[in-house]
Amino acid sequence: MKGTEVSVQSLENVAKNCRRSIVDMIHKAGAGHPGGSLSAIDLIVGLYGTQLNVDSNNPDSSQRDRFIMSKGHASPAVYAILKEHNFLKQSDLDGFRSLGSVCQGHVDMKWTNGVDFSAGSLGMGLSFGIGTAFAAKMDGLDYQTWVMLGDGETQEGQIWEAFMAASYHNLGNLHVIIDRNRIQNDDFVNVQMEIGDVASKVEAFGWSVKEIDGHDMEAVVEALQWSMDTPGPSAVVAHTVKGKGVSFMEDNPSFHGKAPNDAELKMAMEELV
Amino acid sequence: MSAPSTGGASRDGYGAALLNLADDPRVVVIEADLGKSTKSCLFRELYPERTISLGIAEQNMVLVAAGLASCGKVPFASTFAIFTERAFEQVRNGLARPGLVAHICGSHGGIHTGTDGSSAQSIEDLALYRTIPGMTVMHPSDDLSATKLTEQLLNHPNPSYTRTARNKTPRIYDEDTVNSIQIGKGSVLKEGNDVAIIAIGVMVHKALEAAENLRSEEINATVVDMHTIKPLDTALLDQLANSVSGIVTVEDHSVIGGLGSAVSEYLSENNPTIIRKIGVEDRFGESGDSEELLSLVGLTVESIETAARAML
Repeated sequence: MKGTEVSVQSLENVAKNCRRSIVDMIHKAGAGHPGGSLSAIDLIVGLYGTQLNVDSNNPDSSQRDRFIMSKGHASPAVYAILKEHNFLKQSDLDGFRSLGSVCQGHVDMKWTNGVDFSAGSLGMGLSFGIGTAFAAKMDGLDYQTWVMLGDGETQEGQIWEAFMAASYHNLGNLHVIIDRNRIQNDDFVNVQMEIGDVASKVEAFGWSVKEIDGHDMEAVVEALQWSMDTPGPSAVVAHTVKGKGVSFMEDNPSFHGKAPNDAELKMAMEELV
Repeated sequence: MSAPSTGGASRDGYGAALLNLADDPRVVVIEADLGKSTKSCLFRELYPERTISLGIAEQNMVLVAAGLASCGKVPFASTFAIFTERAFEQVRNGLARPGLVAHICGSHGGIHTGTDGSSAQSIEDLALYRTIPGMTVMHPSDDLSATKLTEQLLNHPNPSYTRTARNKTPRIYDEDTVNSIQIGKGSVLKEGNDVAIIAIGVMVHKALEAAENLRSEEINATVVDMHTIKPLDTALLDQLANSVSGIVTVEDHSVIGGLGSAVSEYLSENNPTIIRKIGVEDRFGESGDSEELLSLVGLTVESIETAARAML
């Protein structure tokens, strides 16, 4: 949580717990997106651990920081961190994707305390974040908006409408994290439609950009602080590994949207100790 | 009815409403370049700090509205009706699905838009937005009612889509009669026991004219301005179905999915009644002036009269 000293070691421990939650809930549901959840989780843990001002006792506070998970299929990563921060219980995670569950297939603000955006259709989250960032400025409030995008997601044209608008309006309270895991639904990004040097592209749209290894927790924490300290809108392009932490899921397009079977769950849990 | 006075187009009424709502600090106006056309420019001039210009980018505009709404703002976003359709999925998934309340206005709706040609003439917007759960869908008939209905959106609990028209048509209401207008309640403009003519938008004044002409043939028509097609005033529909021999619906919109469809859907299941739908048959428009185009597609006083006679 913001303002408290958190060690890199303790963040890495939280990330490990989250990875176990992610794999477990997807296995229980028999469906879900492990690859992009595991690639994003170190970034999300770093964000919640060191920057995000949110409180499970007051989830709707108008002054809370906003986290907009635009790549909403990586919902298990969000539910895992929300459990660590006491917004959700284990029983909530156990109901992932089942009828009536607060843990919907894709993150949904209507269903889940602590979720600020209803995702599921890629390309929309950054625009929504412009709205929350503008509202903060209009109301003279200092809360921050953090938006996580997938790399494949930047193929959506709306993302670039939003990048252009945010820099034109100089929204310094808007921060983007791009999970550059190089894999999308069907295959590797460079097979489907390579996005190339996305950092330079975002920079060309008027943003400050920093590239990091998205699994180096120390670098993650530093980059998030850099984003806070940077005037104008800023983006962290985090180079990650899809499926990070589970050897047979790593860099494997087939685990973009597939649940592990019983044997695979066992193997994964043995690795995530 | 006294002789109609000419006011502005319904889009002028929208612009006037935004000014009337400006005292509420929650009101934010969002534009995608066409504020001069939709008339949100009037608000922008006086309240630039609460106006956001997003360039020619409608998809972004809808989600910015959703984000603002999630922070307690009441956003009013506008562009041409046809270009809101580009962001249909954004309205569906990003705005209405999470239950956020922002208001979309699509100006220049219908074939009546005129010489710009078919690319600008939205004839399917009402059908599209009507399919979204929880969405309020309106199409006012003149500037005064557009102002009144837009003002009522300030504390409306649902997201909405309002179509306005580019061009002036005769006023339906005056400063007094417009006060009785209410979202979700059809306005009965004229009463008669033989047939009912239910119209929206720029076709309401033609419906009134047809009813006048029919009276000389001793055919008495009820005329309704059904400015809100969702939620539909089903109590009024039941009342009409029970008192007249048939219903004619009239709209500058495709006959697929609009007012006629909405009326037919309700009555066919709940109060079977003979219905004749007058609208744009399954076709696109072209360039021309408003009246020429309405005649081209059969949206005329004469076609309303013919349909009404056939009900008897």
